[in-house]
This record gives sequence, C-alpha cells and structure tokens, in this order.
Amino acid sequence: MASLFSASLPSSDPSYSFNQAPTTASEPRQHAFYPYTDNGGSTLGISGADFTIIAGDTRSTSGYNINTRYAPKLFKIGGDGPNNENARIVLSVVGFAADGRALKERLDTVVKMYKYQHGKDISVHACAQRLSHLLYNKRFFPFYVTAILGGVDDEGKGALYSYDPVGSYEREQCRAAGAAASLIMPFLDNQVNLKNQYDPNSGPGLEKKPREAQPLPRETVEQLVKDAFTSAVERHIEVGDGLQTMIITKDGIQETYSPLKKD
Amino acid sequence: MDALVQQYSRPSHQNTLSSNAAFPDDSELTTTIPPPLSLKFALPPITAPQSWLRSMTDDHANPSCPIKIAHGTTTLAFRFKGGIVVATDSRATAGNWIASQTVKKVIEINSCLLGTMAGGAADCQYWLAYLGMQCRLHELRHKQRISVAAASKILANLVYSYKGMGLSMGTMCAGVTPTEGPALYYIDSDGTRLSGNLFCVGSGQTFAYGVLDAEYKYDMEDDEALELGKRSILAATHRDAYSGGFINLYIVKEKGWEKIGFMDTNPIFWQTKLEKGEFSNVTAKLD
Repeated sequence: MASLFSASLPSSDPSYSFNQAPTTASEPRQHAFYPYTDNGGSTLGISGADFTIIAGDTRSTSGYNINTRYAPKLFKIGGDGPNNENARIVLSVVGFAADGRALKERLDTVVKMYKYQHGKDISVHACAQRLSHLLYNKRFFPFYVTAILGGVDDEGKGALYSYDPVGSYEREQCRAAGAAASLIMPFLDNQVNLKNQYDPNSGPGLEKKPREAQPLPRETVEQLVKDAFTSAVERHIEVGDGLQTMIITKDGIQETYSPLKKD
Repeated sequence: MDALVQQYSRPSHQNTLSSNAAFPDDSELTTTIPPPLSLKFALPPITAPQSWLRSMTDDHANPSCPIKIAHGTTTLAFRFKGGIVVATDSRATAGNWIASQTVKKVIEINSCLLGTMAGGAADCQYWLAYLGMQCRLHELRHKQRISVAAASKILANLVYSYKGMGLSMGTMCAGVTPTEGPALYYIDSDGTRLSGNLFCVGSGQTFAYGVLDAEYKYDMEDDEALELGKRSILAATHRDAYSGGFINLYIVKEKGWEKIGFMDTNPIFWQTKLEKGEFSNVTAKLD
C-alpha cells in the first residue's frame, strides 16, 4: 500500500509547502493528500528542583525558505484572559506550526474551562494527561507536532512532560524536540542526566561508579539552554534567529528573548 | 466516505449500546453515564483514511514517513509456581532515532492487574488507561474485582472494533484473582486473545524466547523466576537494536503486584559477563 504513495511522499530533506520543487516535466506525478509542512525549529525543556525552563528558537521555515524570524513556539496555557496572565503552565510545539497553534488553542480552552467549572487551577499532572488525550483524539489524522509541557507540580517541584505526535507521554528531567533534537538531546543526556560520566576516584571495570544526576541550579540550566541552542544554530539550517525562553516557578512565568545568529 | 466516518467514528460496540434506545431502562443508563473518554476520533477528509495514515506513520513500510510514532520493544511475562513475572526493556524508537531510554512499558492498570506495552506507545498507553477505567467501573457495578479473562476481553473486543484502522499494539494482561488464580493473557491489535503460561512480545521477542524456553520451569522459586525474566530481557537488549535501556521487573502475587526494579542494562550486562562468564561472544578486557 505504501508504494502507492511513494511518488508524493516527503523525505527527511526540507520540504516545500507549495509545488515549487524542481520536477521533471514528463514525469507522471500522482496527486496525494498531504496536509502537512515541516516548519523546522527546535525546542527544549529542562526541569529543576523548583522550576522548569522551556526554550525554543523563533525561526519558521518551509523547505529552504525562511518565512519569518519571529514565530514563537512557546505558549502560556491557562491563566486569565487572552494574554494568559498568571498562567503557570507552558506548552511548546514544534513540527507543523498550524497544527501546533490548533493544539495550543484546544489545550488553552480546556484549561480555562477547567477553572470555570472547578474554581481552581488545573494541576500540571492533569493538564499533561489532557494534552495526551487531545493528541490521541486525532490518532487517525495526527497533529504533526512534538509537544513539551512544563510547569510546577503539586509538591512545588519542576515538572516536564514530553509527547509523541499521537499522545504517548512521559515525565522527564530534560527533553529536546524538533529539527535539532538529535543534536541537542545527546548533549542534555550527558550534562543533565550525567550519562557516561563516572566518578574519577572509583576503580576500573565493575568498580566504576556512575555519577548520580542531581537537580541543577537555575543559573546552570539557563547556561545549558543557551549553549545547546548556539551549538544547534551552528550545525542546523532550520534553527536560528532568536531564542524564546520561559522559566516557570511557583511565582509565575518569566519570559525572555535573546538573539541567535540570523544567517 | 460518510459511511466510513459513520462506521469508524465510534467503535461498533458503542453503536449497539445506543441502539438499545427502545428499552427505556438501558437508554437511561447509557445517557446518564457520559462517555468515559472521547471515542470520537478525527478522520482526514479523504476516501482512504487507513492507507493515508499508513503512508504518514508507518516507518516500517516507508522509512521516510513524516510522523514517526514511538515503537520497538521486548516484553515478556510468564506464569510460575509463585505467581507471574513481568519484565520489559525501556527503549522507544522512532525510525532509527532512540526517542527515549526510560519508557515505563509495564502499565499498572490497578493494584492487581498489569499490562505490558509493545507496538505504538500511544495506543498502548491510551487503551490500557481506558481499560483501567472500565475495570474500575466493573468493580463499582458488580462489587467485586474484574477477572483477568474479562479485562483482557474488554481490550480484545475494543481493538477488534478498530481493526484495519492502523492501531498497533501487542500487550499482555497479567493478574491474580481469587477465582482464576494467576492468569496471563496475550492481546494484539489484530484481535488475537490467547491465554497461556509464557509470552514474549515485540521486536526482541525471539531472543527473549530463546533464553526463556531453555530455562523455564513451572516449579521455580520467586528469586529464580525474577532472575530468569531479567536474563531473558538482557539477552534481547543485547541482540535486538530496537530494545535496550533499563530492565523493568515486576512480580504479581495473590496480594497484588510488586515492583522489583528499574535497572540499567549496561552494568547488569558486564556483571553477567564478567562474574558468570556468559556472553563470551563479547571480547573485552578490563582496563
């Protein structure tokens, strides 16, 4: 069945949203339903002892074109009014921006309705499960997005949830998503979860003691996020222009924007 | 097209529920209980949603598909004298990319029922959570815990109603109930439902079967059985590239399940090699 669609199937190469790709004139092309565009970009989230940081670049691409240098991928969820004042949850979406926007809109509505109906803010745990169900409700017509949800849990600890396009989810310490995930995630594994790092004073072979991962202080995490993105910009064409960062604590969300290379 | 949407917007067993409207008692029941989870799934506006979905998400048939769904697994469960051992690896892959090394593939449905997860991660997570709800509702309605046979059948009927739509799951339900004793069922997205003593599911199933079949006896002590479960998963993580990460180990007994551990494979592998002399195919010296 898949061979039927192979003529029009996208590859991992940057894809065009409009039919402007060079084609051979005489080659027969089969029309197919392809409702997605990969808008590139990357997001990343790290949770600490009492905070969560979520960051994303602001470049939006289709194919080799840069559509805009400022398209935010981070959205405040819940809170009051259209500007989400006093929100405590952040959703980041990367993949197809229109699907991402639609998903954000749905989750924001659900979270606000929750407050009207129950008279209290939704917990991140409940919000995370709801997001999973929103994604799964489109199991047979998926949102082309990788989502990361961040907040502070009931115990005041940083909470970070990562999703696949159809809603399988997991709570983690750190996660990178999008175009440069394969560049950033190994760096995070090493620096946040201390993978493949051993106590230099322990013996060889079976005596070797792996270093235990500790929740990192906020300054360290902010620096890690910066390093991850400046490095990704150097080696991925779909990442760059600007870095949008949101830091969620019990006191609210602090949003910052800093420039990245624009070439 | 409309017929398709009609047919698949909700599973057929739900249709039979609402068609009972002629009987007032039943209709009252069905209208007062809101649908537990929304079973109305969005469908693409085209004539062949199944093949479209497949071309978008099936990375086995088409390695360059745009939406990579998390996959790949080794899971096993077996019955023995002391109960049921359930063991899994923890790797999720999307194509060649290792999406996660810390997936919890044993899903705790309730205090005495466990489900395992192989195939689509989202499918398993969602439908086993749904099964958990149905089991709780059964408990409330009948004032007794659901049997493993009944629970597994809820799941089997459910996935059967979505047959051909592209669900991908191979799951095992393990539990101990007073009526059945230790019971183990295998259910997959084709609609297969089997009861048995021993199952391995996933891309690494053959490697796990190799160890498990060679060493399995019904009359084992608890620690012996747990060690065998662990060793079988280790063999699979060693030979199957799509399996790895951590070994997730559970035991189910009369009083409920107990989590034994979530253990990194790497030190266990070297321990097994250097202390027991197994895995002699790996030639490595201590430095």
